[in-house]
Amino acid sequence: MEKRCKPVIMKVGLFIPCYVDQFYPQVAVATLELLERYGCEVHYPLKQTCCGQPMANSGFASMAGGCDKNFIANFSGYEYIVCPSGSCALHIKEHLHSAEEPNAAATIRERIYELTEFITDVLKLEGVKASFPHKVGLHVSCHGQRMLHLSSMSEKVEKPFSKAEALLSTVDGLELFRTSRADECCGFGGTFCVTEEAVSVSMGNTRIKEHLANGVHYITGGDMSCLMHLEGLLKRQKIDIKVIHLAEILNTQ
Amino acid sequence: MSQPATHHNKAAAAFLKNGQRAQWHDETLWFVRAKRDKAAHQIPEWEALRNLGSQIKEHTLSNLDEYLLQFEANAKKNGIKVHWANNAAEHNQIVYEILLHHNAVNVVKSKSMLTEECGLNHYLAERKISVVDTDLGEYIVQLRNEPPSHIVLPAIHLKKEDVSNTFHKHLHTEKNNQDPVYLTRAARQVLRKKFITADAAITGVNFAVAETGGIVVCTNEGNADLGVHANKVHIACMGFEKIIPRAQDLSVFLRLLARSATGQPITTYSSHFHRPKAGQEMHIVLVNNGRTEQLGREAFRNSLKCIRCAACFNTCPVYRRSGGHSYHNSVAGPIGSILAPNLDMRKNADLPFASTLCGSCTNVCPVKINIHEQLWSWRQVLMAEGYGGSAKKASMKLMTGVLSKPAVYRLSTGMARFFMRYLPFLVNNRLNPWYKQRDMPSAPKESFKDWYKKNRNHE
Repeated sequence: MEKRCKPVIMKVGLFIPCYVDQFYPQVAVATLELLERYGCEVHYPLKQTCCGQPMANSGFASMAGGCDKNFIANFSGYEYIVCPSGSCALHIKEHLHSAEEPNAAATIRERIYELTEFITDVLKLEGVKASFPHKVGLHVSCHGQRMLHLSSMSEKVEKPFSKAEALLSTVDGLELFRTSRADECCGFGGTFCVTEEAVSVSMGNTRIKEHLANGVHYITGGDMSCLMHLEGLLKRQKIDIKVIHLAEILNTQ
Repeated sequence: MSQPATHHNKAAAAFLKNGQRAQWHDETLWFVRAKRDKAAHQIPEWEALRNLGSQIKEHTLSNLDEYLLQFEANAKKNGIKVHWANNAAEHNQIVYEILLHHNAVNVVKSKSMLTEECGLNHYLAERKISVVDTDLGEYIVQLRNEPPSHIVLPAIHLKKEDVSNTFHKHLHTEKNNQDPVYLTRAARQVLRKKFITADAAITGVNFAVAETGGIVVCTNEGNADLGVHANKVHIACMGFEKIIPRAQDLSVFLRLLARSATGQPITTYSSHFHRPKAGQEMHIVLVNNGRTEQLGREAFRNSLKCIRCAACFNTCPVYRRSGGHSYHNSVAGPIGSILAPNLDMRKNADLPFASTLCGSCTNVCPVKINIHEQLWSWRQVLMAEGYGGSAKKASMKLMTGVLSKPAVYRLSTGMARFFMRYLPFLVNNRLNPWYKQRDMPSAPKESFKDWYKKNRNHE
């Protein structure tokens, strides 16, 4: 089931979202180990900080120049830049700019990949060797889905597909459950989750209710930020569902 | 200078206080979205149709001046009187003068978001002219002295019992009789009399066809037709963006509109008005009110492609959970949030932030307006114009200062955990709104960076 089509060694720069570095290091470790397992030479540039998305989404993209400069300094020269977050990868793809180094910025914008996108489209793995014998619900994160096209969307008349679901379907013992509103936003939305606290919480609770109805033990997804928001609600309400990043499931042996 | 309205987040929190009702609102609108999905999926060429609709609108906006003039010339040839209004005040005055000329004091009006935008009802009421909204939903909210909360379903925020109470108070229906048939019949009785006894009829416009000089009005109740046919004066009010080049373009837009709005293949009535009938006067008021300014804003011009189907309302998880009134603008929802700042930045500076930027609006839109990207772009404009306040700007500056300097960043992290101090959603402070209903993530022993240095460092 585990097939590799590209035996060449790829040099990968690992881009770990700042809050993952700080709060969910196990997700970064899983991403690193997973990529190494599939033959990539992975480097984590130590001076990386943040992509600048929190500022840009708050209306201060004009202040993100320093972040852009730092990102370019850290990630120039890598064939591939891989990030276990659709949202942060998207921010770089859409908004990384530099007046001094426009070519370097453009190259990085082309070379950045979200993790499941990289596994599916670059490594061309048709499956993974992993085992996770649990009932799992998939949370579809908006930026990965609607802007990076990691899966089809319910708004559009298009052939259904999902890179995450395709990979999860090859994990031994994993039982995947879909929610009735398959791709409704969880309400995290960056600073939205505090500026529009009431709506944000209500949106998260709808997601949780649907996963609860399915009787899942885990909610997984490609963006730890959405999962962090859901985890905060689950813990506060003492609901026995854990959140786990896709990389952690794919990296189980 | 205008004052900021009640911030969307405050109005939304108030709306959500009644949890059961808010859930009902969310589910009701999600049901409409699901109906739309079903209707769209029955058209295999749906995405091609969206492309076509978008292209026709883009072409029209690029030649807006010519098409408006062509429309005016053809409408005049048909015997229609055409008026130009540069803003809401001019629009209201033009309508008033027409009514005055005919000594009209009782007016029936079918649904028109433009007249809401211009505040026409209020303006005419002050001049002793009574306007009755004849769309059932509009009539309900008018009796309650409320603005519509949705551009297609104006009374969607109300439940049967609310309508029952309102009709009992104003139309003297039986107390607590919530039977929709009974209530609708009661409204119908009143409205029929209004149609017959009115002096003039006002309608909105869904499409104005440049090559024919005719207009199309879409309703499900036939109330536009009733008003127009029963009266000697017909005034149709339209924003510049309603223009389409050819009659054949209707074959694209009529298919897109009703499916996107309510999941119907077509509205019950698609009424074409080309000329006044014998003995009648027909007027069309072409209204700018900021549209040419929006046309001049490159990042926002294609918001003028909107055909007012409200699919973006129904799909928006924020709209469904905050209700139309929380947007304090005649057009609510995601599209309203990108139209409103053009009309008044100070008053509407909060609206582009009433979104998670999930992008569902953009992909449901039948004419492919990049709504979520425009929400993002409005945020940049509004902050650059200083509508964010100095505190927000200062905290952002502090954050970017640290994040763009790796050495400072490293000092700030570690045990102290930079984010717990600065990232707005993770400030480790019980006053942080995050903490109100959510636990904080637990801080692990070491960051990934520390783990990596120990386990993998190649440097």
